[in-house]
Amino acid sequence: MATQQEILSGLAEIVNEVAGVPADDVQMDKSFIDDLDIDSLSMVEVVVAAEERFGVKIPDDDVKGLQTVGDAVTYIEKAGS
Amino acid sequence: MTRKPQLATTKGGMQSRILGVGGYRPSRVVTNAEIVDRIDSSDEWIRERSGIVSRHVAADDESVIDMSAVAAEKALAHAGVTADQLDCVIVATVTHLWQTPSAAAVLGSRIGATQAAAFDISAACAGFCHALSLASDMVRAGTTEHVLIVGVEKLTDMVDQDDRGTAFLFGDGAGAAVIGRSSTPGIGPVVWGADGSQSEAITQTESWQILRDDPGHKFPTLRMNGQQVFRWAVFQMTPVAQQALDAAGISAADLDAFIPHQANLRIVEAMVKKLALPETVAVARDIVTTGNTSAASIPLAMERMLDSGDAPHGGIALLIGYGAGLSYAAQVVVLP
Repeated sequence: MATQQEILSGLAEIVNEVAGVPADDVQMDKSFIDDLDIDSLSMVEVVVAAEERFGVKIPDDDVKGLQTVGDAVTYIEKAGS
Repeated sequence: MTRKPQLATTKGGMQSRILGVGGYRPSRVVTNAEIVDRIDSSDEWIRERSGIVSRHVAADDESVIDMSAVAAEKALAHAGVTADQLDCVIVATVTHLWQTPSAAAVLGSRIGATQAAAFDISAACAGFCHALSLASDMVRAGTTEHVLIVGVEKLTDMVDQDDRGTAFLFGDGAGAAVIGRSSTPGIGPVVWGADGSQSEAITQTESWQILRDDPGHKFPTLRMNGQQVFRWAVFQMTPVAQQALDAAGISAADLDAFIPHQANLRIVEAMVKKLALPETVAVARDIVTTGNTSAASIPLAMERMLDSGDAPHGGIALLIGYGAGLSYAAQVVVLP
Protein backbone atom coordinates (compact mmCIF):
# COMPACT_ATOMS: atom_id res chain seq x y z
CA MET A 1 0.00 0.00 0.00
CA ALA A 2 1.23 3.44 -0.96
CA THR A 3 1.35 6.02 1.84
CA GLN A 4 -0.21 9.47 1.45
CA GLN A 5 3.25 10.92 0.92
CA GLU A 6 4.06 8.38 -1.80
CA ILE A 7 0.76 9.08 -3.55
CA LEU A 8 1.39 12.83 -3.35
CA SER A 9 4.87 12.61 -4.82
CA GLY A 10 3.62 10.22 -7.52
CA LEU A 11 0.82 12.61 -8.42
CA ALA A 12 3.28 15.51 -8.48
CA GLU A 13 5.40 13.66 -11.03
CA ILE A 14 2.33 12.94 -13.15
CA VAL A 15 1.09 16.55 -13.05
CA ASN A 16 4.56 17.72 -14.01
CA GLU A 17 4.68 15.27 -16.92
CA VAL A 18 1.17 16.10 -18.20
CA ALA A 19 1.06 19.86 -17.70
CA GLY A 20 4.61 21.01 -17.00
CA VAL A 21 3.70 22.24 -13.52
CA PRO A 22 6.75 22.15 -11.16
CA ALA A 23 6.36 19.08 -8.91
CA ASP A 24 7.03 21.19 -5.78
CA ASP A 25 3.86 23.22 -6.51
CA VAL A 26 1.70 20.12 -6.23
CA GLN A 27 0.61 20.28 -2.58
CA MET A 28 -2.40 18.80 -0.78
CA ASP A 29 -4.33 22.08 -0.52
CA LYS A 30 -3.85 23.11 -4.17
CA SER A 31 -6.84 23.22 -6.52
CA PHE A 32 -6.19 21.48 -9.84
CA ILE A 33 -8.11 24.09 -11.82
CA ASP A 34 -7.47 27.34 -9.92
CA ASP A 35 -3.94 26.84 -8.61
CA LEU A 36 -2.31 24.38 -10.99
CA ASP A 37 -4.13 25.41 -14.21
CA ILE A 38 -5.11 21.78 -14.98
CA ASP A 39 -8.21 21.92 -17.21
CA SER A 40 -10.79 19.14 -17.62
CA LEU A 41 -8.91 17.43 -20.47
CA SER A 42 -5.51 17.53 -18.74
CA MET A 43 -7.29 16.18 -15.66
CA VAL A 44 -8.31 13.11 -17.69
CA GLU A 45 -4.65 12.54 -18.58
CA VAL A 46 -3.62 12.93 -14.93
CA VAL A 47 -6.35 10.52 -13.82
CA VAL A 48 -5.46 7.81 -16.34
CA ALA A 49 -1.77 8.09 -15.48
CA ALA A 50 -2.69 7.81 -11.78
CA GLU A 51 -4.86 4.75 -12.49
CA GLU A 52 -1.92 3.03 -14.15
CA ARG A 53 0.59 4.05 -11.52
CA PHE A 54 -1.48 3.20 -8.44
CA GLY A 55 -3.52 0.31 -9.85
CA VAL A 56 -6.89 1.95 -9.12
CA LYS A 57 -10.00 2.83 -11.16
CA ILE A 58 -11.25 6.43 -11.20
CA PRO A 59 -14.48 6.64 -13.24
CA ASP A 60 -15.30 9.88 -15.14
CA ASP A 61 -18.21 10.55 -12.78
CA ASP A 62 -15.84 10.63 -9.80
CA VAL A 63 -13.25 12.87 -11.47
CA LYS A 64 -15.46 15.96 -11.07
CA GLY A 65 -15.30 15.49 -7.29
CA LEU A 66 -11.52 15.70 -7.24
CA GLN A 67 -11.13 19.46 -6.77
CA THR A 68 -7.86 19.54 -4.86
CA VAL A 69 -4.70 17.45 -4.89
CA GLY A 70 -5.74 16.30 -1.39
CA ASP A 71 -9.08 15.04 -2.78
CA ALA A 72 -7.19 12.94 -5.33
CA VAL A 73 -4.69 11.60 -2.80
CA THR A 74 -7.51 10.57 -0.43
CA TYR A 75 -9.49 8.98 -3.28
CA ILE A 76 -6.50 6.96 -4.49
CA GLU A 77 -5.64 5.92 -0.94
CA LYS A 78 -9.20 4.64 -0.33
CA ALA A 79 -9.54 3.05 -3.78
CA GLY A 80 -6.29 1.18 -3.29
CA SER A 81 -7.07 -0.13 0.17
CA MET B 1 -26.33 -38.24 -59.33
CA THR B 2 -25.96 -34.83 -60.95
CA ARG B 3 -23.43 -32.35 -59.68
CA LYS B 4 -24.60 -28.85 -58.92
CA PRO B 5 -22.99 -26.30 -61.22
CA GLN B 6 -20.21 -24.23 -59.64
CA LEU B 7 -20.63 -20.46 -59.60
CA ALA B 8 -18.33 -18.18 -61.50
CA THR B 9 -16.90 -15.35 -59.41
CA THR B 10 -14.59 -12.36 -59.63
CA LYS B 11 -10.89 -12.81 -60.02
CA GLY B 12 -9.26 -11.25 -56.98
CA GLY B 13 -5.72 -10.72 -55.81
CA MET B 14 -5.28 -7.14 -56.99
CA GLN B 15 -3.65 -4.37 -55.00
CA SER B 16 -5.34 -1.04 -54.31
CA ARG B 17 -4.37 2.54 -53.67
CA ILE B 18 -5.76 6.04 -53.35
CA LEU B 19 -5.60 7.50 -56.87
CA GLY B 20 -6.73 11.02 -56.00
CA VAL B 21 -8.17 13.17 -53.25
CA GLY B 22 -10.26 16.35 -53.24
CA GLY B 23 -11.92 18.57 -50.67
CA TYR B 24 -14.56 21.24 -50.36
CA ARG B 25 -14.80 23.86 -47.61
CA PRO B 26 -17.83 26.16 -47.63
CA SER B 27 -16.90 29.80 -48.29
CA ARG B 28 -18.32 31.21 -45.07
CA VAL B 29 -15.74 31.30 -42.25
CA VAL B 30 -17.04 31.59 -38.70
CA THR B 31 -14.57 32.76 -36.04
CA ASN B 32 -14.75 31.97 -32.34
CA ALA B 33 -15.81 35.58 -31.70
CA GLU B 34 -19.09 34.91 -33.51
CA ILE B 35 -19.89 31.92 -31.28
CA VAL B 36 -18.72 32.83 -27.78
CA ASP B 37 -21.60 35.02 -26.62
CA ARG B 38 -24.27 32.35 -27.04
CA ILE B 39 -22.29 29.81 -25.02
CA ASP B 40 -20.80 32.21 -22.46
CA SER B 41 -17.28 31.26 -23.54
CA SER B 42 -14.18 33.00 -24.91
CA ASP B 43 -11.83 32.74 -27.86
CA GLU B 44 -9.04 31.78 -25.44
CA TRP B 45 -11.11 28.99 -23.82
CA ILE B 46 -12.01 27.47 -27.19
CA ARG B 47 -8.42 27.63 -28.46
CA GLU B 48 -7.05 26.04 -25.28
CA ARG B 49 -9.63 23.25 -25.15
CA SER B 50 -9.78 22.42 -28.87
CA GLY B 51 -7.18 24.34 -30.86
CA ILE B 52 -9.96 25.71 -33.07
CA VAL B 53 -9.66 29.28 -34.33
CA SER B 54 -12.32 29.19 -37.06
CA ARG B 55 -14.50 26.78 -39.00
CA HIS B 56 -16.33 26.75 -42.34
CA VAL B 57 -20.12 26.77 -42.31
CA ALA B 58 -22.32 25.78 -45.25
CA ALA B 59 -25.03 28.07 -46.58
CA ASP B 60 -28.61 27.24 -45.62
CA ASP B 61 -29.36 25.98 -49.14
CA GLU B 62 -26.06 24.09 -49.49
CA SER B 63 -26.62 20.35 -49.04
CA VAL B 64 -24.26 17.50 -48.26
CA ILE B 65 -24.75 16.42 -51.88
CA ASP B 66 -23.76 19.88 -53.19
CA MET B 67 -20.59 19.79 -51.08
CA SER B 68 -19.83 16.18 -52.02
CA ALA B 69 -20.13 16.93 -55.73
CA VAL B 70 -17.42 19.61 -55.61
CA ALA B 71 -15.05 17.40 -53.60
CA ALA B 72 -15.77 14.44 -55.89
CA GLU B 73 -14.99 16.39 -59.08
CA LYS B 74 -11.64 17.46 -57.59
CA ALA B 75 -10.77 13.91 -56.51
CA LEU B 76 -11.66 12.54 -59.95
CA ALA B 77 -9.51 15.21 -61.66
CA HIS B 78 -6.59 14.45 -59.31
CA ALA B 79 -6.98 10.72 -60.00
CA GLY B 80 -7.29 11.18 -63.77
CA VAL B 81 -10.48 9.13 -63.68
CA THR B 82 -13.78 10.15 -65.29
CA ALA B 83 -17.12 9.75 -63.54
CA ASP B 84 -18.32 7.16 -66.05
CA GLN B 85 -15.37 4.95 -65.04
CA LEU B 86 -16.67 4.70 -61.47
CA ASP B 87 -18.37 1.45 -60.60
CA CYS B 88 -19.24 2.33 -57.01
CA VAL B 89 -19.92 5.47 -54.97
CA ILE B 90 -19.84 5.28 -51.16
CA VAL B 91 -20.83 8.26 -49.03
CA ALA B 92 -19.98 8.30 -45.32
CA THR B 93 -22.13 10.80 -43.45
CA VAL B 94 -24.40 11.22 -40.44
CA THR B 95 -25.87 14.56 -41.52
CA HIS B 96 -27.72 13.73 -44.74
CA LEU B 97 -31.16 14.54 -43.40
CA TRP B 98 -33.00 12.21 -45.76
CA GLN B 99 -33.62 8.75 -44.39
CA THR B 100 -33.94 7.66 -48.01
CA PRO B 101 -32.81 7.75 -50.80
CA SER B 102 -29.09 7.63 -50.09
CA ALA B 103 -26.86 10.64 -50.68
CA ALA B 104 -24.58 8.39 -52.75
CA ALA B 105 -27.27 7.52 -55.30
CA VAL B 106 -28.19 11.17 -55.84
CA LEU B 107 -24.52 12.22 -55.88
CA GLY B 108 -23.61 9.52 -58.42
CA SER B 109 -26.27 10.74 -60.79
CA ARG B 110 -25.28 14.38 -60.24
CA ILE B 111 -21.63 13.84 -61.20
CA GLY B 112 -22.35 11.46 -64.09
CA ALA B 113 -21.38 8.18 -62.44
CA THR B 114 -24.02 6.38 -64.47
CA GLN B 115 -22.38 2.95 -64.21
CA ALA B 116 -21.90 2.99 -60.45
CA ALA B 117 -23.57 1.22 -57.55
CA ALA B 118 -24.16 3.69 -54.74
CA PHE B 119 -24.85 3.53 -51.01
CA ASP B 120 -24.26 5.42 -47.76
CA ILE B 121 -22.56 4.20 -44.61
CA SER B 122 -22.95 5.46 -41.05
CA ALA B 123 -19.78 5.37 -38.99
CA ALA B 124 -19.66 9.02 -37.92
CA CYS B 125 -16.13 10.42 -37.59
CA ALA B 126 -14.71 7.00 -38.53
CA GLY B 127 -16.79 6.97 -41.74
CA PHE B 128 -14.03 7.85 -44.20
CA CYS B 129 -11.69 5.11 -42.94
CA HIS B 130 -14.55 2.59 -43.05
CA ALA B 131 -15.39 3.59 -46.63
CA LEU B 132 -11.71 3.40 -47.54
CA SER B 133 -11.50 -0.15 -46.18
CA LEU B 134 -14.62 -1.26 -48.06
CA ALA B 135 -13.44 0.34 -51.31
CA SER B 136 -9.98 -1.17 -50.99
CA ASP B 137 -11.36 -4.66 -50.42
CA MET B 138 -13.80 -4.29 -53.34
CA VAL B 139 -10.98 -3.32 -55.67
CA ARG B 140 -8.72 -6.09 -54.37
CA ALA B 141 -11.44 -8.70 -54.76
CA GLY B 142 -12.09 -7.61 -58.34
CA THR B 143 -15.66 -6.49 -57.58
CA THR B 144 -14.90 -2.95 -58.66
CA GLU B 145 -12.19 -1.08 -60.53
CA HIS B 146 -12.76 2.52 -59.47
CA VAL B 147 -14.60 3.52 -56.30
CA LEU B 148 -15.44 7.07 -55.24
CA ILE B 149 -15.57 7.49 -51.47
CA VAL B 150 -16.82 10.68 -49.85
CA GLY B 151 -16.81 11.82 -46.24
CA VAL B 152 -19.23 14.72 -45.89
CA GLU B 153 -20.99 16.50 -43.06
CA LYS B 154 -23.21 19.49 -42.59
CA LEU B 155 -22.87 19.26 -38.83
CA THR B 156 -24.20 22.75 -38.25
CA ASP B 157 -27.66 21.34 -39.08
CA MET B 158 -27.30 19.03 -36.07
CA VAL B 159 -25.53 21.29 -33.57
CA ASP B 160 -27.27 23.01 -30.68
CA GLN B 161 -25.86 26.55 -30.96
CA ASP B 162 -26.43 26.99 -27.22
CA ASP B 163 -24.60 23.83 -26.11
CA ARG B 164 -21.27 24.79 -24.51
CA GLY B 165 -19.80 21.34 -25.14
CA THR B 166 -20.27 21.19 -28.91
CA ALA B 167 -21.34 24.55 -30.42
CA PHE B 168 -17.72 25.64 -31.02
CA LEU B 169 -16.45 22.26 -32.14
CA PHE B 170 -18.07 21.37 -35.42
CA GLY B 171 -17.81 22.61 -38.98
CA ASP B 172 -19.10 21.67 -42.43
CA GLY B 173 -17.25 20.24 -45.43
CA ALA B 174 -16.64 17.36 -47.80
CA GLY B 175 -13.62 15.25 -48.67
CA ALA B 176 -13.46 12.66 -51.44
CA ALA B 177 -11.03 10.08 -52.74
CA VAL B 178 -10.91 7.72 -55.70
CA ILE B 179 -9.72 4.19 -54.96
CA GLY B 180 -8.42 1.99 -57.77
CA ARG B 181 -5.98 -0.73 -58.75
CA SER B 182 -2.30 -0.56 -58.02
CA SER B 183 0.79 -2.56 -58.92
CA THR B 184 2.01 -2.40 -55.31
CA PRO B 185 0.13 -2.35 -51.97
CA GLY B 186 -1.19 1.17 -51.34
CA ILE B 187 -3.72 0.59 -48.55
CA GLY B 188 -2.70 -1.41 -45.49
CA PRO B 189 -4.92 -3.72 -43.42
CA VAL B 190 -7.66 -1.96 -41.51
CA VAL B 191 -7.85 -2.19 -37.72
CA TRP B 192 -11.42 -1.42 -36.77
CA GLY B 193 -14.15 -2.01 -34.26
CA ALA B 194 -17.05 -0.59 -32.31
CA ASP B 195 -18.16 -0.30 -28.70
CA GLY B 196 -21.90 0.27 -28.50
CA SER B 197 -21.77 0.13 -24.71
CA GLN B 198 -20.44 3.71 -24.91
CA SER B 199 -23.02 4.86 -27.46
CA GLU B 200 -24.25 7.63 -25.17
CA ALA B 201 -20.83 9.33 -25.25
CA ILE B 202 -21.64 11.00 -28.60
CA THR B 203 -25.26 10.82 -29.65
CA GLN B 204 -28.26 12.50 -31.17
CA THR B 205 -30.43 13.72 -28.30
CA GLU B 206 -33.57 11.89 -29.45
CA SER B 207 -34.87 9.79 -32.33
CA TRP B 208 -36.53 11.66 -35.22
CA GLN B 209 -39.68 9.90 -34.02
CA ILE B 210 -40.14 12.58 -31.37
CA LEU B 211 -40.97 15.07 -34.12
CA ARG B 212 -43.75 12.81 -35.41
CA ASP B 213 -45.19 12.33 -31.94
CA ASP B 214 -44.78 15.99 -30.95
CA PRO B 215 -44.44 18.33 -33.97
CA GLY B 216 -43.63 21.24 -31.63
CA HIS B 217 -40.59 19.44 -30.16
CA LYS B 218 -37.13 20.94 -30.58
CA PHE B 219 -35.16 19.47 -33.50
CA PRO B 220 -32.82 16.74 -32.19
CA THR B 221 -29.18 17.78 -31.91
CA LEU B 222 -25.80 16.27 -31.03
CA ARG B 223 -24.54 15.78 -27.48
CA MET B 224 -21.10 14.68 -26.40
CA ASN B 225 -19.44 13.77 -23.12
CA GLY B 226 -16.14 15.49 -23.81
CA GLN B 227 -14.12 13.92 -21.00
CA GLN B 228 -15.35 10.40 -21.78
CA VAL B 229 -14.53 10.82 -25.48
CA PHE B 230 -11.13 12.35 -24.68
CA ARG B 231 -10.24 9.43 -22.42
CA TRP B 232 -11.35 6.87 -25.01
CA ALA B 233 -9.65 8.65 -27.90
CA VAL B 234 -6.28 9.21 -26.26
CA PHE B 235 -5.94 5.99 -24.31
CA GLN B 236 -7.89 3.46 -26.41
CA MET B 237 -7.34 4.83 -29.92
CA THR B 238 -3.59 5.39 -29.73
CA PRO B 239 -3.03 1.61 -29.36
CA VAL B 240 -5.32 1.10 -32.38
CA ALA B 241 -3.16 3.48 -34.40
CA GLN B 242 -0.11 1.47 -33.34
CA GLN B 243 -1.85 -1.78 -34.36
CA ALA B 244 -2.51 -0.32 -37.83
CA LEU B 245 1.21 0.44 -38.15
CA ASP B 246 2.08 -3.08 -37.02
CA ALA B 247 -0.46 -4.65 -39.40
CA ALA B 248 1.13 -2.77 -42.32
CA GLY B 249 4.65 -3.70 -41.19
CA ILE B 250 5.52 -0.03 -40.80
CA SER B 251 7.24 1.72 -37.91
CA ALA B 252 6.55 5.29 -36.79
CA ALA B 253 9.91 6.34 -38.23
CA ASP B 254 8.82 5.14 -41.70
CA LEU B 255 5.87 7.53 -41.76
CA ASP B 256 5.78 10.74 -43.77
CA ALA B 257 2.46 11.88 -42.31
CA PHE B 258 0.01 11.25 -39.49
CA ILE B 259 -3.54 12.21 -40.48
CA PRO B 260 -5.89 11.42 -37.59
CA HIS B 261 -9.53 12.47 -37.48
CA GLN B 262 -9.56 16.15 -36.55
CA ALA B 263 -11.64 15.78 -33.39
CA ASN B 264 -9.74 18.12 -31.12
CA LEU B 265 -6.15 19.40 -31.33
CA ARG B 266 -5.55 18.22 -27.75
CA ILE B 267 -6.33 14.65 -28.80
CA VAL B 268 -4.06 14.96 -31.85
CA GLU B 269 -1.16 16.23 -29.72
CA ALA B 270 -1.69 13.55 -27.06
CA MET B 271 -1.66 10.84 -29.74
CA VAL B 272 1.53 12.22 -31.30
CA LYS B 273 3.19 12.12 -27.89
CA LYS B 274 1.99 8.61 -27.01
CA LEU B 275 2.91 7.20 -30.43
CA ALA B 276 6.37 8.82 -30.02
CA LEU B 277 6.25 10.07 -33.61
CA PRO B 278 9.58 11.48 -34.77
CA GLU B 279 9.61 15.18 -35.72
CA THR B 280 10.09 14.16 -39.36
CA VAL B 281 6.45 13.00 -39.47
CA ALA B 282 4.10 15.74 -40.70
CA VAL B 283 1.03 15.92 -38.46
CA ALA B 284 -2.40 17.07 -39.66
CA ARG B 285 -3.60 20.04 -37.61
CA ASP B 286 -6.30 21.13 -40.04
CA ILE B 287 -8.81 21.43 -37.19
CA VAL B 288 -7.41 24.88 -36.35
CA THR B 289 -9.15 26.53 -39.31
CA THR B 290 -11.63 23.81 -40.29
CA GLY B 291 -13.13 22.65 -36.99
CA ASN B 292 -14.26 19.07 -36.50
CA THR B 293 -15.93 17.98 -39.75
CA SER B 294 -16.46 14.34 -38.70
CA ALA B 295 -16.27 12.02 -41.75
CA ALA B 296 -14.81 14.80 -43.92
CA SER B 297 -11.86 15.68 -41.70
CA ILE B 298 -9.28 13.12 -42.86
CA PRO B 299 -9.60 13.65 -46.65
CA LEU B 300 -9.80 17.44 -46.12
CA ALA B 301 -6.59 17.37 -44.08
CA MET B 302 -4.93 15.00 -46.57
CA GLU B 303 -5.67 17.26 -49.52
CA ARG B 304 -4.40 20.33 -47.68
CA MET B 305 -1.16 18.62 -46.59
CA LEU B 306 -0.47 17.49 -50.16
CA ASP B 307 -1.28 20.93 -51.61
CA SER B 308 0.92 22.74 -49.08
CA GLY B 309 3.78 20.30 -49.52
CA ASP B 310 3.67 19.31 -45.84
CA ALA B 311 3.17 15.70 -46.95
CA PRO B 312 4.76 14.26 -50.10
CA HIS B 313 2.86 12.59 -52.95
CA GLY B 314 3.70 8.89 -52.68
CA GLY B 315 4.52 9.28 -49.00
CA ILE B 316 3.31 6.90 -46.29
CA ALA B 317 0.55 8.13 -43.99
CA LEU B 318 -1.20 6.70 -40.95
CA LEU B 319 -4.96 7.41 -40.85
CA ILE B 320 -7.27 6.87 -37.90
CA GLY B 321 -10.94 7.79 -37.62
CA TYR B 322 -12.89 7.46 -34.36
CA GLY B 323 -16.18 8.79 -33.10
CA ALA B 324 -19.83 8.14 -32.39
CA GLY B 325 -20.77 4.50 -31.99
CA LEU B 326 -18.30 4.46 -30.53
CA SER B 327 -16.63 3.26 -33.73
CA TYR B 328 -13.13 3.41 -35.12
CA ALA B 329 -10.98 2.40 -38.08
CA ALA B 330 -7.29 2.91 -38.84
CA GLN B 331 -5.00 2.04 -41.71
CA VAL B 332 -1.68 2.98 -43.30
CA VAL B 333 -1.86 4.31 -46.88
CA VAL B 334 0.39 5.53 -49.64
CA LEU B 335 -0.59 9.13 -50.41
CA PRO B 336 -1.78 9.87 -53.96
